[in-house]
Amino acid sequence: MNIGIIVFPGSNCDRDCAHVVSAVMGQSAHLIWHQDKSVQGMDAIILPGGFSYGDYLRTGSIARFSPIMEAIIEFANRGGLVLGICNGFQILLEAGLLPGAMLRNTGLSFICEDAYVRVENADTPFSNQCEAGQVLNLPIAHAEGNYYTDPVTLSALQANAQIVFRYCDKEGKCTTASNPNGSIDNIAGIRNAQGNVLGLMPHPERCAEAIFNNQDGHCIFDSMLAALRGHTPLPA
Amino acid sequence: MKAKVYITLKDGIHDPQGRAVQQSLHTLGFEAVQDVRVGKCLEIELQDMEKEAAEIFLKSMCQKLLANMVIEDFRYEIVST
Repeated sequence: MNIGIIVFPGSNCDRDCAHVVSAVMGQSAHLIWHQDKSVQGMDAIILPGGFSYGDYLRTGSIARFSPIMEAIIEFANRGGLVLGICNGFQILLEAGLLPGAMLRNTGLSFICEDAYVRVENADTPFSNQCEAGQVLNLPIAHAEGNYYTDPVTLSALQANAQIVFRYCDKEGKCTTASNPNGSIDNIAGIRNAQGNVLGLMPHPERCAEAIFNNQDGHCIFDSMLAALRGHTPLPA
Repeated sequence: MKAKVYITLKDGIHDPQGRAVQQSLHTLGFEAVQDVRVGKCLEIELQDMEKEAAEIFLKSMCQKLLANMVIEDFRYEIVST
């Protein structure tokens, strides 16, 4: 499979993602510069974490207008798989590919720690190799991960099973204490209504191989591959 | 001509930054402070044009980039022509 990883000025998890895609998953990773205008030939796209454009104005707000974004929106609208991790999630929100917005963490601090998340929906191209209710331990590293959306949109997210990951405790209980950043409804990751675009704040690429003593992130990449293998190729 | 754009969080959106500033003001003895909301002010230099045309530009800039309409409101004023 050909997986495109978009490199914005200030991306800093692009090479980690490329490493997981190639060395761990055995697929072809293609780093795509944000000034490029095409994602042709790619089976899936990853928007990596980092601080695109220094987080100026709002996280993701300037990257959202990079030339490559038009191609990514078009790719997503045709049903292509798009995974946004951390800053990539923020860019997807700004681009309108996912609903809602990010606020500063409730505690104001940049949080860099492991967080437990519960798989709320295991029937997505990004979670089909997980089990519903499974608890994953994934690292988070962000200052703006406090997901917010209006009550009407939140109800729609809940009703359509678009909430894929929620912060929880070790036992899988979603409590206020297990919510690291104040996200509404403990949301850690959501998908779009069509199901082919996912954004999440935790970093699965940082825990996807044995050397880290934590491979909980592996199932997300595994799920994408399983989905792509059973997927009809996109029309050219 | 010069314009000022103010971006503020919508009412009801929790502003932890504002709360931290408020607490700091209280620590300094400004106990009369009842609430603080932190926003942004952008000073924009525009090429000269009719005021109405400038306002259309400013509104469009706010909606497209400067404000995130999910969480923020905006207002603008033309401060010199």
